[in-house]
Amino acid sequence: MDSLNRRMGALSAIPMGVVLLLAFIFPLGVVAGFSIMPPNVFDLGHLPDFSAYGQVIEQGYWTSLAWSLGLAAASTLLLFIICWPLAFGMAKVFNRFTLVMVLAVVITLFVSENIRLFGWVLTLMKGGLIDGYLKAWFGLELSGALYNAPVIVLGLVYVYLPFMLFPLAQGIAMVPDDARQAAMDLGASRWRVFIEIDLPLASPGILVGSLISFVLAAGALAESKLLGGQEVIVIADDIESAFSYGQNWPLGSALAMVLILIVGALAIFGLSRIDLDRIMGRAG
Amino acid sequence: MSVQPALRLQGVIKRFGDFTALRGIDLDIAEGEFLTIVGPSGSGKTTLIRLLVGMDTPSEGEIWLRDRRIDPVPANQRPTCMVFQSLALFPHRTVGQNIEFPLKIRGVAPDERARRARELLELLRLPESYYAKRITQCSGGERQRIALARALAFDPEILFFDEPLSALDYRLRKTLEKELKDLHRRTGKTFVYITHSLEEAMVMSDRIAIMRDGRLEQVGDAEGIYVRPVSRFVAEFMGEVNMFPMRGLADGGLRSEGVAVEVGEGVAASGLTLPPEESGTVIVRPEFVRFLDAAEGNDFVVQGRLLEEYALGSRLQYAVEVAGGARLTVEKLRENRYRGEVGDTVRLGWDVEHTHLIPEA
Repeated sequence: MDSLNRRMGALSAIPMGVVLLLAFIFPLGVVAGFSIMPPNVFDLGHLPDFSAYGQVIEQGYWTSLAWSLGLAAASTLLLFIICWPLAFGMAKVFNRFTLVMVLAVVITLFVSENIRLFGWVLTLMKGGLIDGYLKAWFGLELSGALYNAPVIVLGLVYVYLPFMLFPLAQGIAMVPDDARQAAMDLGASRWRVFIEIDLPLASPGILVGSLISFVLAAGALAESKLLGGQEVIVIADDIESAFSYGQNWPLGSALAMVLILIVGALAIFGLSRIDLDRIMGRAG
Repeated sequence: MSVQPALRLQGVIKRFGDFTALRGIDLDIAEGEFLTIVGPSGSGKTTLIRLLVGMDTPSEGEIWLRDRRIDPVPANQRPTCMVFQSLALFPHRTVGQNIEFPLKIRGVAPDERARRARELLELLRLPESYYAKRITQCSGGERQRIALARALAFDPEILFFDEPLSALDYRLRKTLEKELKDLHRRTGKTFVYITHSLEEAMVMSDRIAIMRDGRLEQVGDAEGIYVRPVSRFVAEFMGEVNMFPMRGLADGGLRSEGVAVEVGEGVAASGLTLPPEESGTVIVRPEFVRFLDAAEGNDFVVQGRLLEEYALGSRLQYAVEVAGGARLTVEKLRENRYRGEVGDTVRLGWDVEHTHLIPEA
């Protein structure tokens, strides 16, 4: 029975497997292939050559990589701090009001990311919403709100909030109420309950939320372009330029491969540490 | 000389919006006592234990732990703790870490914690190898013991239990009931236990408090409550019972209402009386009702038809339909079984000393 189930499962997975292979694995393979081509070629019919990777190291692309990872790490941490109370409320306190919150957050996703970011630009720019009011009411001038690293983090936090919030709420929902109450009954303060009970028992949700936010933020481009101006160049920016202005596909591919490897390693490490079955609500 | 109670409840009332869950609870719990609060679901016992452990505060009234008023004190600052219905063990911690949790919170050094945890494993008759086991690897009965060990590690002044045995199968429950009673004796701590199972209450407790609709209906030892219930509710709650409505006569006697129960001469003299024209209920337990021979008399006699015989293991139970449509339950040990047939017309009787009278409230 068990082996039959397994066989049926494998058979029904074939169509989706083919789609995934064509839509995800194959393009990645093409990118990997281009990353080992000689400079400035536009097909894969050449002898392998690792000069693109050499360029990545020599031409100082590591700074933009560091910016990307640093901004992603900062925004993930901030997202966790901001989302924890919200997610806790959604999972344990708000009851029916949770639905309103979910809708409010999801509806923002209906509007394109770029348009929402432009909203922030209009709000923060010189002569924009905030600056205008400050000048009119208090005679103050807002300088330097846009085009710096913190405002990019703000953009990342704003755009990727749902991707932290929902997994986190799911994770917190898995913390049994009576475990929290028992810990309190045994003398633990709220803080100790958070450290000893909430954090470890919600860790699958925390990990999933952090992974998604981090991965998305590390590959993000619009935030640094729109809010950051040209103040900070992130790796996604470099990849784009290599493919477009630079017309150097192997260099772009090599940069992409470096990012994929770093982020992929993180994801695999993270996922290996959680029990996906538990988060999906299936008994182990 | 009155001894200070370990825990005292004074006029405790708890409201949730329009709904009053507790309607004024007064109760003294003595030092070292095993008190069980029994009630059907919805009687307010869970609300009561939440107040007792500090997970909620009363709307009115006071709770005193010896000479300290504790009802405004939150659960994590009270020297009491509870074994939860779900046990509420921490699934991400080992058995040892679960037991050590309260000590860790208190800042006890790791090796001292481990020593204490091992002592408690031994006290609860769990092998020392369980120290490093995961909670998920333990059976229901073992988890029960671990939850107890964790609560004892806290060293509470009073230990509360919220139906911790209800999820277990019958035989394991019976074993653990006895173990719990034994543990109570060995630790000398005050135990307050909440359950809907009267059987559980009777096996373990020194005293039982029967709860109904947010009030304590009767508090006393099992024997007293069983023999002298204060109300029909308690009488029925304490197991199978036969009840007959009665009315007081001018001469001090009783007259049966509805059902044709002959009341003997000796009843009035025994003090089992009602004021004239007042009504009440006579109750008698099934094991005290006898099958009478044709000529035999008794303090109370009733006639009926034997409807059915049920085997209850060591005992047999009979259902008898009495004139007037009422049903009577009789129980006999196997060796004293009725020697006739189902369908027989039978005479039943019982002594006044096994009869209890509840005046109408």
